[in-house]
Amino acid sequence: MSDPAASERANPPGSASGRPPSQVYAATAAVGLALIALPWLLGPFGSAWVRGLCFAALYVMLALGLNIVVGFAGLLDLGYIAFYAVGAYTYALLASPHLTEHFPALAHAFPAGLHVSIWLALPIGASLAAAFGILLGAPVLKLRGDYLAIVTLGFGEIIRIFLNNLNAPLNFTNGPSGITLIDPVRIGSVDLAHPGSVLGFRPSSLVLYYYLLVSMALLAMLVCIRLQDSRLGRAWMAIREDEVAAKAMGINVRNVKLLAFSLGATFGGVAGGLFAAFQGFVSPESFSLMESIVVLSMVVLGGLGHVPGVVLGAVMLAMLPEALRHTVVPLQEAIFGRVLIDAEVLRMLLYGLATVGIMLYRPRGLWPAPEHGVRRALARNGAPGPAVAQSGSRDG
Amino acid sequence: MAECLLRAGSVNKRFGGLQALSDVQIQIERNQIYGLIGPNGAGKTTFFNVLTGLLKPDSGRFELCGLPYWPSDAHRVAKAGIARTFQNIRLFPDMTALENVMVGRHVRTHANALDAVLRTRRARTEESAIRSAARQLIDEIGIGRYAGHLARTLPYGDQRRLEIARALATEPKLLALDEPAAGMNATEKAGLRELLVTIRAKGVTILLIEHDVKLVMGLCDCVTVLDYGKVISVGTPIQVQRDPDVIEAYLGRPHAALVRQEMR
Repeated sequence: MSDPAASERANPPGSASGRPPSQVYAATAAVGLALIALPWLLGPFGSAWVRGLCFAALYVMLALGLNIVVGFAGLLDLGYIAFYAVGAYTYALLASPHLTEHFPALAHAFPAGLHVSIWLALPIGASLAAAFGILLGAPVLKLRGDYLAIVTLGFGEIIRIFLNNLNAPLNFTNGPSGITLIDPVRIGSVDLAHPGSVLGFRPSSLVLYYYLLVSMALLAMLVCIRLQDSRLGRAWMAIREDEVAAKAMGINVRNVKLLAFSLGATFGGVAGGLFAAFQGFVSPESFSLMESIVVLSMVVLGGLGHVPGVVLGAVMLAMLPEALRHTVVPLQEAIFGRVLIDAEVLRMLLYGLATVGIMLYRPRGLWPAPEHGVRRALARNGAPGPAVAQSGSRDG
Repeated sequence: MAECLLRAGSVNKRFGGLQALSDVQIQIERNQIYGLIGPNGAGKTTFFNVLTGLLKPDSGRFELCGLPYWPSDAHRVAKAGIARTFQNIRLFPDMTALENVMVGRHVRTHANALDAVLRTRRARTEESAIRSAARQLIDEIGIGRYAGHLARTLPYGDQRRLEIARALATEPKLLALDEPAAGMNATEKAGLRELLVTIRAKGVTILLIEHDVKLVMGLCDCVTVLDYGKVISVGTPIQVQRDPDVIEAYLGRPHAALVRQEMR
């Protein structure tokens, strides 16, 4: 947690997890330094690693957004990537020559081309994604579990198919070939694609993007943690645990669910805009069902509903392809003299294995929310009480 | 003497071919402990669900503190001041006991998503007020030692207590308890009885569905008996106990005939 006061408040006094502020500051500083140093440490091994880290940061944002819907509110969403697509295409259309090329009227209105700043486009994309979140949420309010999953899956596919086919009769999205020449991020006078010299340094474009994306991911984490420890966060969890009881406690289930869908979508929208700017290119194939499933696996693998766990899951699964490319391929070449199993194939194989393993051995994820009751009771009494023993004997 | 807190009349509810409630009426005075009893399947829980907005009645008139309300949305009913517990305990099992009670404060607090993200002063003061109020309630109800435990790990009787604490956190005018003593042993029942008396002493009116006749008879000021969705008797526990219709509903016609003879 980056806000020590917050962690204090989140835990009642006397709890075992309420560490002293000095420790929290020290830990925060250590993590911060590590994050700052990381691209310079990995730089010598090739820019692919830093690029991988940038994508990991994007996936962290996505996983955190999906975690609001699935982890906090307990609404299974298999079409989450659609919001990523909405954000990405919003920025792509607002900051590329595509629209002005195909719509002469627009070209006339903007003779210099459409170059909306990303800092304006991100809020637009996020709001649009939130609107789509409500659009998806409204009809599925009464659905749960499998039924909800199927409808959200359909929604995700609808968005992708629209993007794929909205190139005729009017060319909005350029269809399967996607949109190119998207403006990079500009911060003040610094163009992140061609940074030149910044404050006397000459960092590479990738490193600057890394800092930008990691800061956005940290911001997303902060927002998530604060939401979780709030009145709204508790309402989400209450709905997840027992919707009828939540209603009887005076929670407006409809509004709170819609808020979960739209806030989750907002994260996707922001990540999408950054993705478009970072890549400079978007096409519908980046937003396939597989991507939704990958993001969902990150949430489940890390620890459903637990922010640090979700971040861990996202970083692990996002870095996996890069790690495989650099270990498995050379290894196979060394042993067999050629590559027998492609890294991409192996990645899917490992995803499958990891999912099965998690379900069998750690059904609550790699780093689940602590069972605070048990820990606190141990800290207080020195020995487990009857209720603790009961919970301890329960598996998972 | 006392003013009327809840008045419901002509309540009808039909499930397909089954008339679950027909013209049920009930009138609860402020600060009463009011019992609703009847044999299995008499419609007690259905009436509860209608009253608290979980089921839509086909018709009926509802008044809380003199203000008419239509129980269409459970969350509105909770806001109006009726809090309930459930026959089969419905806690939030993977939240701590304290968090369960804190959820109960939802309806009386206002911080929104933006307040939460920005941690505004308003949100912070409200949050600590929620926490201390919940803490106090959970202590008063006698399960303070479990505050940090997940609700599902609590012993059965204490889960029932926690459900009551959570309901009280909504600051109800009327606390509706659906078989709070179900599955409790004698000690736990005695404790529950004490608890209900304390709650009443704080000015909360209680509506109680219960099978345990001893508990109802000793505790309630007034009782309504339902059978096959109809009110068959209303009165003090003693009056109801002697009502031949009630005896017939519970014990069958021969017993009722016996009582009727004696009364003559």
